[in-house]
Amino acid sequence: MAKIEVEHLYFYYGSKLVIEDISLEIETYKITALIGPSGCGKSTFLRCLNRMNDTIPGTRHRGRILLDGQDIYDPHLDVVTLRQRVGMVFQRPNPFPQSVYNNVAFGPRVQGLKHGQNLDEVVERSLREVDLWDEVKDNLNQDALSLSLGQQQRLCIARTISIRPDVILMDEPASALDPISTLHLEDLMRELVQDYTIVIVTHNMQQAARVSDDTAFFLTDDGQVGKLVEFGPTGRVFSAPEDTRTENYITGRFG
Amino acid sequence: MCGARMNDQEQQPRREARVEPVSTARGLGQGRDHHWGEFLVENAIRVLGFSAIGFVVLIFLFLLQEGLPTFFRVELPILFGQRWYPTFDLYGTMPLILGSVLVTIVAIAIALPLGVATAVFVREVAPNWAREILKPMIETLAGIPSVVLGFFGMTIVAPLVRDVLGAPTGLTAFTGALLLAYMSLPTIISVAEDALDAVPKSYRDAGLAMGATRWQTIWRVVVPAARSGIITAIMLGMGRAIGETMAVMMVTGNAARMPVTADSLFRPVRTMTATIAAEMGEVARGSTHYHVLFGVGIILFVLTFMINLAAASVIFQKRRRGGLR
Repeated sequence: MAKIEVEHLYFYYGSKLVIEDISLEIETYKITALIGPSGCGKSTFLRCLNRMNDTIPGTRHRGRILLDGQDIYDPHLDVVTLRQRVGMVFQRPNPFPQSVYNNVAFGPRVQGLKHGQNLDEVVERSLREVDLWDEVKDNLNQDALSLSLGQQQRLCIARTISIRPDVILMDEPASALDPISTLHLEDLMRELVQDYTIVIVTHNMQQAARVSDDTAFFLTDDGQVGKLVEFGPTGRVFSAPEDTRTENYITGRFG
Repeated sequence: MCGARMNDQEQQPRREARVEPVSTARGLGQGRDHHWGEFLVENAIRVLGFSAIGFVVLIFLFLLQEGLPTFFRVELPILFGQRWYPTFDLYGTMPLILGSVLVTIVAIAIALPLGVATAVFVREVAPNWAREILKPMIETLAGIPSVVLGFFGMTIVAPLVRDVLGAPTGLTAFTGALLLAYMSLPTIISVAEDALDAVPKSYRDAGLAMGATRWQTIWRVVVPAARSGIITAIMLGMGRAIGETMAVMMVTGNAARMPVTADSLFRPVRTMTATIAAEMGEVARGSTHYHVLFGVGIILFVLTFMINLAAASVIFQKRRRGGLR
């Protein structure tokens, strides 16, 4: 069943078209990887899914993105509600310069959950889900920035899942991490996908092959406009690509 | 990677080529004039730099030399007593210290919410074109001479305070605090605004992506992240307020009474700065009164020094934390 359906999406920065005519379906409880060379619009596409592009002035779109059948650009839909359902983890770990506890408690507090038993439970549960609890439970008041980068990124994921979103978007979440932390993160993603739908942008094709269920390959033909070249189950895309450009990319002939 | 390495190889011969002409010039002795010029300029700058420090040290020593005798000539209980009547050899500085503290604290209490709110507006809410207009305007406010503000305070604010509060006089601690708040606002706004500006966009993005509203993101993420800068802004504003003389002297009524009753805020008060400015012209050089005024200067200096020290330690902490990342 499709969690997110994208229908003929075009996206513009000012008058400049950056992604063209993208249609795909993101399946529930699966990891969908978006791969492709730099500047092919995969991050822009990802940021459309929770409307983070709204924060950049002068952007506009055409086409439809449906979350559980509901158009996310519907003027009646509150973007705040959308982002509570579609969480995001960024390229560089960006915990708030506050305590570990306050980082995870941020989302629930914003939604109105007050301090106390419930909040403590949410914090513990979220930290356990990202395997960070045992490392930080003795000092939840420590500055989040004093953690290692890998821990920071897991903290950011804990922060994101603290409000139980349906979908987690990850924009190259491992690009700032060392190989061990990266593997740790990939294991974590496999665990999280039991409960969440995950969309991940990655430069790393091995990573896409390792963790994802579906793969979408993006490419620009002229270095300007990003297009979707191929989309399908990861095994099929990597073993028997239909498009020669996909084959060239995944065999490392360019990109 | 590969590209960077190639660049290095390209640059290396160029770097050598650049070094060579200099060494030839030296070898031929053509650089001698330049060398002397360089020597002179360098040392002139050094002398000027050190003399600036030297003057500050001299002023400080002068302040100590003239002020320290106070603490031997006047008994400490009297010096920190409650009555300031120099004509009767009563030099109780407590009313002056408390006067300064009262006016400053109330001024900051007024300026802090206003200043931070304005900084948030200018940085986070106002559209670009408004920000471009507002910022220089706010900075211009800092340039208004304090005597002009004092004049404004005497003719407009003081009567207003008198009428609104029904006080016997408009020349009160509160009037002074209002003016000081106004004077410290530009400092607080610009420094706080810079602090907000320095908050990385990634924090804002994280807040918004968590489903926080814009206001929640500002209030719970951006402002706390800029906390140390905002504290610095307050300290600097405070430093400005406590040292201000002219405007305060013109509007606070200058009665050296202890501001300890409940209505003190709306009664005349006298600050340390105003006392020094008003009385220094009338004292005989070398008299006790003369030294006491310098002693008050030392107390004032210690207070401002402590405020600046607090501000500096906040900045230092921020740097250290920045270094960790």
